[in-house]
Amino acid sequence: MHPNLSFEQAPPISVPYRFFLTAPWFGVTAGLLLAWLGPDALESRWSPGALALSHLLTVGFMLQVMCGALLQFIPVATGGNVWRPRWVASLVHPIVAIAALCLAFGFALSQPLLIQIAVPLFAAGLGGFIAVVSFSLLRTPAHGMTIHVLRLALFGLAVTLILGIALASALGWQADGQASWSLVLISNVHAAWGLGAWALMLVIGVSYLVVPMFQLTPSYPAWLTRTVPFGILVAIGLWSLQLGVDGELVQSWLSVVALGGMLLAGLYAGTTLWLQALRRRRLTDITFVFWRGAMLALLGFVASWIALEVFPVLGEHPRAAIWLGMLALPGVFVSVISGMLYKIVPFLNWLHLQRLGGLKVLPPNIKQMLAEKPMRRQMRLHFASLVLLLGAVLWPPLTSLAGLSFAVSFLWLEWNLVGAVRRYIDFRSRALSDQVIDQTHADASSRVS
Amino acid sequence: MSHISEILPAHHKHCDELFAAAEEAAQSGDWVACGEQSGRFVHDMLAHFDAEESLLFPAFESATGMSGGPTQIMRMEHGQMRELLVQLESALRAKDEETFAGVAETLLIMMQQHNMKEENILYPMCDQALGAQVERLAGELNTRLEQA
Repeated sequence: MHPNLSFEQAPPISVPYRFFLTAPWFGVTAGLLLAWLGPDALESRWSPGALALSHLLTVGFMLQVMCGALLQFIPVATGGNVWRPRWVASLVHPIVAIAALCLAFGFALSQPLLIQIAVPLFAAGLGGFIAVVSFSLLRTPAHGMTIHVLRLALFGLAVTLILGIALASALGWQADGQASWSLVLISNVHAAWGLGAWALMLVIGVSYLVVPMFQLTPSYPAWLTRTVPFGILVAIGLWSLQLGVDGELVQSWLSVVALGGMLLAGLYAGTTLWLQALRRRRLTDITFVFWRGAMLALLGFVASWIALEVFPVLGEHPRAAIWLGMLALPGVFVSVISGMLYKIVPFLNWLHLQRLGGLKVLPPNIKQMLAEKPMRRQMRLHFASLVLLLGAVLWPPLTSLAGLSFAVSFLWLEWNLVGAVRRYIDFRSRALSDQVIDQTHADASSRVS
Repeated sequence: MSHISEILPAHHKHCDELFAAAEEAAQSGDWVACGEQSGRFVHDMLAHFDAEESLLFPAFESATGMSGGPTQIMRMEHGQMRELLVQLESALRAKDEETFAGVAETLLIMMQQHNMKEENILYPMCDQALGAQVERLAGELNTRLEQA
């Protein structure tokens, strides 16, 4: 049997929370940077501002939450033992956060030194994280497609990291700092692995469990749970061959391969929306709306990509990639992650509080940990910001307003999460002091008797 | 149907259905319907816990010698859910929509993450560990849950 399976290795609450509470600040920074830089930042994906913004959202906001969530999720959902989670978190969290800031500001300020600092930090912090998490995912006795898809996602993250290190090393140590043609190719492949094989893969793997779980929808069809992730990985793998193989034949196949991957992503988004429409739980909560928004953004991304391929006049416009980036990053990933944070944080609060033992007062229920109204309002601002950001791609004078709105939306997310954590701390310290009083009282009584 | 990992997940789904109906009734303020649905839901949940604790877990523990591992955690989570069921019934009696919704949400996530662990890890382990006993035990569980 499995002697290591203890079933209950949920890490201390501080392990995920340090990541969750740091993450929104990267979004705030991204929004403020966009507001400050104005329309220039969105001129092309190669502008220093655009590179900084995309990395503040990906290796800043997204990576923070994803690392924290995996450390929580793997032991609970897969029974996998994560090696010394407290240690891993206290090393990975600051290293990856500092690395993300260095990288983003290295881009924004065109400072190769900052990029040079980011490279070894990412290699050590993220490399170490991948090693620890992969080890626990390989040893888990659990069954189900989620485990396989999480393994694929970790592989995707490893490839993204290696390509990212190669790119950052070239930029950081290259005298003229100009991106050569091969760097453009490597960047495209790096982005495909990062967004498709890591971030989307992780969302897919997690969704197989959480979409049916929170809304009581039917399960994803078994064939789809296999076809979509493996198909996307094969498409990205084949598409990456452009790095090594040249020639017209390859070029003509690239679009076909990319289209295949995109259609699979669209199929996944469409299926998720369809399952949500069949949900047995009619209650519409915040997480559900965030997921639905994210899946619509993913469909919008796929449709836009196809339109840009069909009409090369549009596709060759420097802002075309920015449009896709807005749909993918704020549209798909920030939406899903915000929705998940609003579900996970109140539940972890409750779970940890009611395990304190000897409580005289029941811990607040999930809705008392984080009220619906502020979450709903923040969600509206998030989607309004998304519309503004997309609008700013088409009409640049909107850029600063969109940036400010985006920053405020993240600040509000942080405020809501901090409020929930404060409620946790308040209740915990009250409950513990009650126990101490009880104990003292009992000791005093026993002395008297 | 002859495996633990077929019988019990189906009963989880059945309890989910009852939960959704009770929650929907509470949300629309129909306390009579909510009372009926919640009654069936609580009854079937308790029957599920009892069947696992009195039949499945002891069989698993004696087959594997693991008495302090997975089954102990599952028993603890059953205790947490029993407590939430009590809170749900008290919110129902008080016709307190807000508390009912908060407890229901808490219970739903608790239930679902518990079911996930059982369905993905514990039940397949039971099927593997119990060997020849599986079919008989699955039959007994099925009968117990149907009669409840």
